[in-house]
Amino acid sequence: MSYHWNWGIFWEASPEGTGTYADMLWAGFLTTLEVSALAWILALTIGSAVGVLRSLPNPWVKRIANAYIELLRNIPLLVQLFLWYFVLPELVPEAWGDWLKQLPNAPFWNGFIGLGLFMSARVAVQVSTGIAALPRGQMAAGTALGLTLPQCYWYVILPMAFRVIMPPLTSEMINTIKNSSVALTIGLAELTARTRAVQEFSFQVFEAFTAATVIYLLLNLAVTSAMRAFEKRLRLPGYGGS
Amino acid sequence: MFSDFDFDVIWRTAPYLFRDGMTFTVTLTLLSALLGLCLGTLLALARISGGKVLSTIVTGYVNLMRSLPLVLVIFWFYFLVPYLGQWITGAPRPIKVGGFSSALLTFAMFEAAYFSEIMRGGIQSIARGQSSAGLALGLSGGQTMRYIILPQVFRTMLPLLLTQTIVLFQDTSLVYVLSLTDFLGAASKIAQRDGRLVEMYCFAALVYFLICFLASQAVRRLQTRVAIIR
Repeated sequence: MSYHWNWGIFWEASPEGTGTYADMLWAGFLTTLEVSALAWILALTIGSAVGVLRSLPNPWVKRIANAYIELLRNIPLLVQLFLWYFVLPELVPEAWGDWLKQLPNAPFWNGFIGLGLFMSARVAVQVSTGIAALPRGQMAAGTALGLTLPQCYWYVILPMAFRVIMPPLTSEMINTIKNSSVALTIGLAELTARTRAVQEFSFQVFEAFTAATVIYLLLNLAVTSAMRAFEKRLRLPGYGGS
Repeated sequence: MFSDFDFDVIWRTAPYLFRDGMTFTVTLTLLSALLGLCLGTLLALARISGGKVLSTIVTGYVNLMRSLPLVLVIFWFYFLVPYLGQWITGAPRPIKVGGFSSALLTFAMFEAAYFSEIMRGGIQSIARGQSSAGLALGLSGGQTMRYIILPQVFRTMLPLLLTQTIVLFQDTSLVYVLSLTDFLGAASKIAQRDGRLVEMYCFAALVYFLICFLASQAVRRLQTRVAIIR
């Protein structure tokens, strides 16, 4: 192969003048972490709410929740990010639009909101599946004890449902991290974008991509093992697994 | 808000969007789904009935693909394939690979990992007695797999395979990072040329939504029809 390997490249100074190539990747890694963590919090909050609405008996509430899920699941994430980044500032009143466009770090906020909402539809499906998987008696027992419907959800249904859906939620969490790389298209300097920059400055394509691959793998491993430990701690005696 | 929404630009560019863009997207989706399914089935078989070494390698490959972001994998293949081509053909320098071939190979290899997991789940869900029965009838292991197990797996897993293909259809929009002219790429070229970002991206979103929504409704209907009652 005519490719010239140079693994020492990461310790050489980058032309950006702020440190080495390794520092560039590190900064990208931190951005990936930040945007994924924020998006995940958003996805979990909205996704849980929509998932609960979807499990309610009222057909209209159910329909609205379903419409939300279908809308966000059937448009590619890339297109959704473009809608948030390019289209939204034009559709709101002009003053707001200007404010949105001048927002410092706009790709970050757009990436976080876009990714969070995209993932919230998937979380919602998991949450409502988890709720549907519980035996009917749980809700009946709750109401028989005199709990109101919200209390039933808060103290009985949700704690059980979240335990049931822990494994799929873990993979959605990893999906959030992976999908955050799509935000490079709106100019977010996350890990994949920084890897591309390293490659363009240094011409060391495969070293840069190998480093990114290893970082993503380690990140996956960390999330999976942390969630597995968490799952074990939360496990209730007498219910599933163990 | 919608007062200067220009429907005409959509109308004017629709032939280009669909003839160039959508054709690219659909061709890429179908070919990579087909290749990915063939390769994925082979991977699943290798993982289940291959030797220890082979199944470890395949498991490693599947897990690697499933834990990397698609965007990174697209870049990997885009730069790696010319060198691989050089290595295979023994050419003096990295060979030139077109954007479409590069994307096709990427999606086929990437989706193979996901399809193989679906197929593996399907194969393992078939009762063990079936392959014992096949072997007892004097069929070889390969014949049992081909005539008894796999036809049932394809049938029960069809909805999942199609759902994965819808996901793939959406994911092909990521070839945007290679500046290829798929449906979204075409829309975005017009958007930038004519300064009509709002119209083009809204229209692209609507088209993707309609196709994916109708397709997933059809899959849902199919699901109830192909289900084998046990």
